[in-house]
Amino acid sequence: MIKTDALIIGAGPTGLFTAHQLKLIGLNCEIVDNLDKIGGQCIELYPDKPIYDIPAIPECTGEELTNNLINQLKPFDIKFHLSERVEEVKKESENWIVKTNNGTTFSTPNVIIAGGVGSFEPRKFPVKECEKFENKSIFYSVKNKKIFEGKTITIFGGGDSALDWAVELSKNSKVNLVHRREDFRGAQATVDKVHELTKEGKIQLFTKYQMTSIKGDAQLESIDIKNDDKEIKNIKTDFILGFFGLIMQLGPIANWGLNIDKKTIEVDTEKFETNQKGIYAVGDICNYPGKLKLILSGFHEGALAARACFKLARPNEKYRFEFTTSSKTIKDRLGVKSD
Amino acid sequence: MAKINYITSDNQNHTVEVQSGLTVMEGAVQNDIPGIDADCGGGMACATCHVYVKEDWLNKLPTKEDGEEDMLDMAFEPKKNSRLSCQLIVSDELDGLTVNIPLKQA
Repeated sequence: MIKTDALIIGAGPTGLFTAHQLKLIGLNCEIVDNLDKIGGQCIELYPDKPIYDIPAIPECTGEELTNNLINQLKPFDIKFHLSERVEEVKKESENWIVKTNNGTTFSTPNVIIAGGVGSFEPRKFPVKECEKFENKSIFYSVKNKKIFEGKTITIFGGGDSALDWAVELSKNSKVNLVHRREDFRGAQATVDKVHELTKEGKIQLFTKYQMTSIKGDAQLESIDIKNDDKEIKNIKTDFILGFFGLIMQLGPIANWGLNIDKKTIEVDTEKFETNQKGIYAVGDICNYPGKLKLILSGFHEGALAARACFKLARPNEKYRFEFTTSSKTIKDRLGVKSD
Repeated sequence: MAKINYITSDNQNHTVEVQSGLTVMEGAVQNDIPGIDADCGGGMACATCHVYVKEDWLNKLPTKEDGEEDMLDMAFEPKKNSRLSCQLIVSDELDGLTVNIPLKQA
């Protein structure tokens, strides 16, 4: 069991800056994120898109903002638990016991939810029968490509994941690639490669088609795909791969007994505490009168939640407000020279 | 100002006046019309404000920007008349626009 002063859920900009605030005031913290990398929506949704409303930064991309926040955390030793999703939270005397899907367990007086709009999950096929084949013959990511050798794979999607796997799997499998329109949004070089392999007969390309139904009882047998002109084709296939990007789900947080309204968590504006003592919500996931879903608001909310954490983590000490420009204690924590 | 008609997947009509300058997505969210999630808040980054535009309106709307069609690849059951409602800015010209909200967004 890992003991920490505060556990942050979510490694997006708000979670990162909240960690910075906690460390500045002398608390330790660890961060859990469902994604395999740091940065949250900034990295997953818009790494290359410029942002223009970060105070004192006229323009930066999602990736640059993330890298700057990571750099800002360099003086501190913060443990990240990536590709882990928080599943369960329960109270044990004064502390929260938090468990992840990997079995990591934390004991902490403070849990700060900086979860954006929830955790990212793969977007699935709209056809309902797909559920029963999920993780047997329908996958939304590839964990072991060996199982596809010598089989027929039907890949859906028009982005890099769909195209990259179509190219890769066509080496040892029969590949069908199905996409709802003629244009692909993947890298041009990969798009060219797919067209080349299609000419060579290694990939069967079906554009302007979408899946309408799936056939098979215990075993997947075939699927029907329909195009814009309502023409239906039946394709025999052993496996189906769907790459439709990610969606955001609140996930297990919804069951923690917090006051939730439309995927957001209600908090007060003094501590950004939820209806559960010691559980805070900051950034896009929190809700209060006048809430703005801006990164800068997340920074403010995290700074206040961090001060509230101090009281529970150091019940016998008094928090003293200090500036980074003048405090020797803070400068020592940052590892910079005092004047 | 324009009257926008939102039809939810259970065939309920919701006609509301939406101020010019707002998006069709904001018109739905501010009037508590169900079925538009708008997870990313209008950033064309999530495809959860997906609507079907009534056919006769398709050509009267501003054309899609590059990123919109890419995001629509990820929408729930996209069709020819699919749009992201966060990209439809309301003006007097859009008075009477009818959009159907899909069964779900994700």
